[in-house]
Amino acid sequence: MSVIEDVPSPAPRPQPIPVRIGAPRAGPPRAVVLRKDPWWAQPLVTGLGLLAFVVYATWAAFRNGHYFIGLDQARNYLSPFYSPCLAANCPPAVRWGPVTPANSGFSPALIILIFPLAFRLTCYYYRKTYYRAFWLSPPACAVADAGSTSAKPNAFRKRYTGETRFPLVLQNVHRYTWYFTFIFAVLLTYDAIEAFRFPGGIGIGVGTLILVANSVFIWAYQLGCHACRHLSGGNLKKFSKAPARRWIWTNLTTPLNKHHQLFAWLSLMTIVVSDLYIYLVSSGAFSDPRIF
Amino acid sequence: MAIDTGSAPTTAPEPPSGAPPQDLVMRLWRGDASGGRFQEYRVAPQEGEVVLDVVHRIQATQAPDLAVRWNCKAGKCGSCSAEINGRPALMCMTRMSTLATDQPVTVSPMRAFPIMRDLVTDVSYNFEVAKLIPAFKPGPRDPDGLYRMAQVDIDRGQEFHKCIECFLCQNVCHVIRDHEENKPRYAGPRFFVRLAELEMHPLDTLDRRDYIHQDMGIGYCNITKCCTEVCPEDIHITDNAIIPLKERIVDSHYDPVAWLGRKITGRPAPLRASEARKHTGAAHAQPPAAATPEPGDGA
Repeated sequence: MSVIEDVPSPAPRPQPIPVRIGAPRAGPPRAVVLRKDPWWAQPLVTGLGLLAFVVYATWAAFRNGHYFIGLDQARNYLSPFYSPCLAANCPPAVRWGPVTPANSGFSPALIILIFPLAFRLTCYYYRKTYYRAFWLSPPACAVADAGSTSAKPNAFRKRYTGETRFPLVLQNVHRYTWYFTFIFAVLLTYDAIEAFRFPGGIGIGVGTLILVANSVFIWAYQLGCHACRHLSGGNLKKFSKAPARRWIWTNLTTPLNKHHQLFAWLSLMTIVVSDLYIYLVSSGAFSDPRIF
Repeated sequence: MAIDTGSAPTTAPEPPSGAPPQDLVMRLWRGDASGGRFQEYRVAPQEGEVVLDVVHRIQATQAPDLAVRWNCKAGKCGSCSAEINGRPALMCMTRMSTLATDQPVTVSPMRAFPIMRDLVTDVSYNFEVAKLIPAFKPGPRDPDGLYRMAQVDIDRGQEFHKCIECFLCQNVCHVIRDHEENKPRYAGPRFFVRLAELEMHPLDTLDRRDYIHQDMGIGYCNITKCCTEVCPEDIHITDNAIIPLKERIVDSHYDPVAWLGRKITGRPAPLRASEARKHTGAAHAQPPAAATPEPGDGA
């Protein structure tokens, strides 16, 4: 399946690898798990982590309130779930647009969340996580795939096609979601800078630090993306012909990529913490301590 | 085929000398194509041993007919691949001190491949795939008759040269381990490493992207990173070989901007898979026998 017309489609049928299949396999049946370590812990914990985020994000996106603390409250914090704020009902201080009719009551978060959602859904790290935790394909290394017909004759999936067919072939749009979320990373940085604005000048509150941390981790995740690593220099055959790209690949995108999993989780957590903090301060649960 | 899954392992006769109570209990898979089961052996622990040492000791003292493939005992030949307590690993590189020896240590053969006997499997699938890798195709030499490469251009591929072809990554890859019907259309992690090495080689001129996409089945990989987890050479197979190949295939097959760029600049379209096939070892060999479908695989 190809979307590009200069690659022949339909392609000539590939020659099969000449291997005899169906011969008796070595060892006990693959449905028997021989691992003695708690192999189920990682997919369980990461799956619960992702589920918790989905639940929180759904609540935050439909909340449509308490997402901004303006200068009238002596702060200037905007929740990352609502940035950029494009709806007509956004507070004037942070409104970009509007793109929805006045009084539509449409949550501004619902307009924009599709972009970071698509970015994270197609991210190579998150793919690993949810293929293991939810697809159980496989749940852990050397543990039988839940859809394996040869390991489990009554498996619910009768064949495995990976990312070759619709809808999973759409994972290949990852780099386009990266382009869009690059804009979001710039905007969240702008929000973090704006969070230093206090009545009468510059200040720092706990919320400022949270939004700055969020911006830093978003960039670390964004620039450590595998698609970014490829575009920054990974697609070259000869680094010697492109020293600037080699420098970026060697000193920026590759080191960040080594910790992509860490930044994926840290950025996810700081998004939640930022939104929750702003919600609690805005709703009067406590006030934001000013540090400077 | 009669298979005992190991819930009730048979126990070898006690050695005449009598085993002390703190003996190691090793459960080794014994069997061939007609069936098999785990058999338990008790051996006295010795300091500094690896799993292969213990298996050899069992072979020397209790089970002279035990089949085990090994060669260098140094983690460089890739022969003694097995599954130790269910985790794919080299027997010669797994220290007994890293295993919990208060319970039996299980050693089974690689379960993705057909059994030959005991701990030895038939890994010929991998050699068939190897024949299908389009060979290195350098461009013309420099005017003085030499080839020249900058060090920075070849540094990146050094990691891939560490591969010892133990096939643990092939064994753990669920695409073929749990879906054997995919074997005729999927190369597997070891060969994506080889293909990445060729695609990133500064002197290579062959464009294999369509071939990797069509014939090598890289789209079947869902990047769950088990290959990287089990690699004894610590090759970052997923991050440094498979994902870069997937991204190169996005360039050639799924990126309309890259396509437009080719149209505007006149850069050549990706080489057809049928052209790349002419550079494989199989192109010069006898036609392969048709693959036999697995009964009831539903594919």
